[in-house]
Amino acid sequence: MLYREAGQFKTSYAADQQIFPILQDRIGIGLIAVLALGVLPLFATEYMTTTILIPFLVMSIAAIGLNILTGYAGQLSLGTGGFMATGAFAAYKLSTMFPDLNIVFVFLGSGVITAFVGVMFGIPSLRIKGFYLAVATLAAQFFLLWLFNKVPWFTNYSSSGVISAPPRAIFGDIMVTGSSAHYTAKYLFLLVFVGLLALAAKNLTRCHLGRAWMAIRDMDIAAEIIGIKPLQTKLSAFAISSFYCGIAGAAWGFIYTGSVEPLAFSIEISFKVLFMVIIGGLGSILGSFFGAAFMVLLPVILTNAPHLLGLNIPVDMISHLEYMIFGALIIFFLIVEPHGLARLWQIGKEKLRLWPFPY
Amino acid sequence: MSSSAVNPVSGSDAFTADGRHKIGGVILSVQNISLSFGGVRALTNISFDVREHEVLAIIGPNGAGKSSMLNVINGFYHPQEGKVFHKGQERKRMRPYMAARAGIARTFQNIALFKGMSALDNIMTGRNTLMKSGLLAQAFYLGRARKEETAHREFCEKIIDFLEIEAVRKTPVGRLPYGLQKRVELGRALAAQPEILLLDEPMAGMNLEEKEDMCRFILDVNKEFGTTIVLIEHDMGVVMDISDRVVVLDYGRKLADGTPDEVRANQDVIDAYLGGGH
Amino acid sequence: MDFLYNFFISPFVQIADAPLFFVEVLTGGLLSGVMYSLVALGFVLIFKASGVFNFAQGAMVLFAALFFAGFMDKGVPWWGSLILTIGVMVLLAMAIERIVLRPLVNQPHIILFMATIGVTYFLDGFGQTIWGSSVRVLDIGLPQTPLEIGGVLVNKFDIIAAVVAGSLVAALALFFQKTRIGRALRAVADDHQAALSVGIPLKTIWAIVWTVAGLVGLVAGVMWGSKLGVQFSLAMVALKALPVLILGGFTSVPGAIIGGLIIGAGEKIAEVYWADAIGGGIEDWFAYMLALMFLLFRPQGLFGDKIIERV
Repeated sequence: MLYREAGQFKTSYAADQQIFPILQDRIGIGLIAVLALGVLPLFATEYMTTTILIPFLVMSIAAIGLNILTGYAGQLSLGTGGFMATGAFAAYKLSTMFPDLNIVFVFLGSGVITAFVGVMFGIPSLRIKGFYLAVATLAAQFFLLWLFNKVPWFTNYSSSGVISAPPRAIFGDIMVTGSSAHYTAKYLFLLVFVGLLALAAKNLTRCHLGRAWMAIRDMDIAAEIIGIKPLQTKLSAFAISSFYCGIAGAAWGFIYTGSVEPLAFSIEISFKVLFMVIIGGLGSILGSFFGAAFMVLLPVILTNAPHLLGLNIPVDMISHLEYMIFGALIIFFLIVEPHGLARLWQIGKEKLRLWPFPY
Repeated sequence: MSSSAVNPVSGSDAFTADGRHKIGGVILSVQNISLSFGGVRALTNISFDVREHEVLAIIGPNGAGKSSMLNVINGFYHPQEGKVFHKGQERKRMRPYMAARAGIARTFQNIALFKGMSALDNIMTGRNTLMKSGLLAQAFYLGRARKEETAHREFCEKIIDFLEIEAVRKTPVGRLPYGLQKRVELGRALAAQPEILLLDEPMAGMNLEEKEDMCRFILDVNKEFGTTIVLIEHDMGVVMDISDRVVVLDYGRKLADGTPDEVRANQDVIDAYLGGGH
Repeated sequence: MDFLYNFFISPFVQIADAPLFFVEVLTGGLLSGVMYSLVALGFVLIFKASGVFNFAQGAMVLFAALFFAGFMDKGVPWWGSLILTIGVMVLLAMAIERIVLRPLVNQPHIILFMATIGVTYFLDGFGQTIWGSSVRVLDIGLPQTPLEIGGVLVNKFDIIAAVVAGSLVAALALFFQKTRIGRALRAVADDHQAALSVGIPLKTIWAIVWTVAGLVGLVAGVMWGSKLGVQFSLAMVALKALPVLILGGFTSVPGAIIGGLIIGAGEKIAEVYWADAIGGGIEDWFAYMLALMFLLFRPQGLFGDKIIERV
């Protein structure tokens, strides 16, 4: 009853090609924006902001990045962690080499640097496909982490190999990174970034570049025969995906943890982001958010649930259980709904269209 | 297809009495093509010409090398011997996307649509080579990208009208029935506004009515746009009805080449193909 | 300049100076490569018979080793532990077939691949929930002492590993070529539906092939476990087997063996002679880079079939 497009006639192709053609969707997005920008910062505690909201936003960026590469362009990658590490270290080098550079440009710059690195590791994708490519991206994962560990220049010769985010402000005096930054400022800063990045991703995927990616994903030979350049298209997916992953890594190092070492971006992270994309839904920007929310919330729930239930489970047991539950959930999702939470959301909307008169 | 593309009065130099573009000079010429995979010969010393605005059919039994011939023409296979001339220029070793950009579009025997995308998006993808807006313009859907998307959408809608698939434009193609998928695929090829259209068994597996529709679409495309059409087809009735010329292949060799009547009268063809009770 | 010297000249000078030592490094590398082949073999078996890229092979190695070492710690004699663990692996194979594979029949390969990543997580968690995450020493009496053959020092353990791997490959080759089940396996590998239509029971075949892969995993787990101790990092050994697969091709048993040898030898030689130029600790990624370089020239791997694409 509430959610239907009946009566909303489009009289021009421009109107039909809006990002959210249906009125209710526009209202929904507006509500979410108000909630995230205005309401949440007022009520969220420090614990909630730093352990749930900020990691959720950081991982959403990474998930969008991987979704572009794997969900839209069909190139499976296990190198997300390596690209995030590149972003974090690029941001560190940029902000220490150019102390006056605005933090916004530090983030964007680290994304651009990561994009270049991503393209380099994407070059084999012309010759190799599928599993071979997935394995090849592991080269990026291991090589990049080794590089940041081994070459002291990247950490400005810090003896521990750990980099700490220098304090940086926006609008003159609002600190957004470093230890003195308020968690709400960090959250809002990140939120704006995420909003713009998500919008850009959504737009890219509905324009001709996005169609080229999907064409390559669905049938690369046919795509080439209708005039899509395979290497250029695949590399553009690698570049843009890595751009997102790089910014996610920079945000992880600068806003989420504040200090970081290469080990934080191990292959575990690559898998986690992949899980987000699968659980959220391959080929869905919205799904990337669902997946990130799920994967961030699950460990929090698992850590706290035994307490609430009055059970006393040792910490390492919890981490083993977490593994099992992750694994089981992945299998469950793939069997029940290979298109992920985003698909369930869509089905929900379809139901809502008919509700309350299903016939 | 579009109201603006009204044919000039019949009888002018470029058109025949029934409004078709007059068949012109050679637009594509394949000369002495031989192709083999490992030890298997797919094509042996094949030569023929394709003339501007004509409908050329390639016929022959299964395994005669018809699809391989199309694959050679659009650069997907590289023949070991022989040359392909396109508009008088010899084509060097090329990638398939270059053929598409040079105005050669094709459809496939086993439908090769992008299954995860809607019919409209599939057809829009056919116009990808014509779209130029930059990365940032697309990312923020700025003026240029918006204008471009809308303009190309308008063109694609005309194709959708023409092929009578308005009702399914937003349906993922994987869910469409076979006949409609074939039409969407034709639409995708047409979207690129090709000069030469290669159709690999456009009517395979269709019933009589669907075949008639498809014939009508093919002839209309040829008539309205003057698109040169090279098609592979098994249905002799269809071939003889709609094509201007026919090339007959058998076991990778060319048996005959001529108008439908000439081919029908050719003794080799009768022996090898038509004669055996067909 | 130093870098260029260390990279292009000094290693070769060192090799020329002490050829015997080079042979020793090479032999050591080849023999440790056998261990990689052992893990890679499990991948190849499953890929050949079901087209599934089984990321969980490494987890199966760990899983098998955990159970084997766990039973031994409980005081079960080694043969008893072996039988019990084989039983566990058979059950595991049946469970995977029933719970994971059967519902995902006819799904795209990528979905199955991701499902095996799920299996990996599950097995890693499950094995450690039962047996804990402390390192277990696995001593089945294999000697670790060096042996001198013609002036070259080699580890006895490595030789035993090579012999085990060799017999395993021979046994598998016999199994594939000479038995009825082996023939059915090859038919299934070619085409699932065609195999079904001539009456080959797909479910049974899959259970069998996963069992065989589980047993190969067990052998690998016992060998690796007695070398490194049974611990979580065993699962990571599987990551080493992946470049072996790229080199050898996903469908070739000899490819897995030779790929393993190349990776093992290349890694050892790079570690010994090129450490000055590029720094130590390169074993994490060197194999991948080697495989990647190789792929640029031969995308189908050493023994993979050349792909003829059709439309």
